[in-house]
Amino acid sequence: MLRRDALKYILSGSALTIIGLIKPFAVMAKWNKTAFTAVDHEEAVRAYFPGQEIQSSDQITIGVHPIVENGTVVPIKIKTDLPNIESITIFADTNPNPLIANFDLFPGCIGFVSTRIKVQQNSNIIIMVKSNDTVFSKSTFIEVKEGGCG
Amino acid sequence: MASTIRLKTKTREGVTTVRAIIRHPMETGFRVDSESSELVPAHYIRQVSIKHNNKVIMSCDWSRAVSKNPYLSFMFEGANIGDKLQLVWSDNKNNTDSIETLIE
Repeated sequence: MLRRDALKYILSGSALTIIGLIKPFAVMAKWNKTAFTAVDHEEAVRAYFPGQEIQSSDQITIGVHPIVENGTVVPIKIKTDLPNIESITIFADTNPNPLIANFDLFPGCIGFVSTRIKVQQNSNIIIMVKSNDTVFSKSTFIEVKEGGCG
Repeated sequence: MASTIRLKTKTREGVTTVRAIIRHPMETGFRVDSESSELVPAHYIRQVSIKHNNKVIMSCDWSRAVSKNPYLSFMFEGANIGDKLQLVWSDNKNNTDSIETLIE
């Protein structure tokens, strides 16, 4: 290989991708396939928080529009004042797979996460926050005019 | 090749806000291609990890129900201007990308 070609290769994305392939998996915990592929909401919750009792909480705020025109892009903001937060998890109970996303927050993080999700039809949006080893939840109903699973 | 990731930070009164947008189709596997009339196979990011000075500060597990070109924002304390912030993602086809930026 000419030196020029080698340089081109290094400067292109491919070398970075190879390095990237080795690194990320070492630091990431296992993706919970059982919970993510569950089609029933209760089943997904049990798979994600096995043996955990879930308490409802008013210390979680869900920022989402109650009426959504386009279910493919539903902005959502979650805030919580609960102490020592370990994770924030989003479910939509009528989605084909209710578990949408989980965010693990490490010490230093503020109880806040914002993202955009797909919601197929009218659904309860359920947020679960793990704080001091306890799972707290809050839910809100949203109406979806046009579904978001395309 | 341009990065698939845009990563921005802003620090005010000791709190750093992180905003990221990742270019990714996030295909659910339910969508029918309008030209071929065939289902587009599922292709979505499953994990995202963000490190502050080489230490994980936030990690995400996602399903296919995170919107196309995912947006993510969160906040944390304890960072100084100029600290390193790295984001790595990986998807269900074992594609991956990462970016590193300095905290502003």
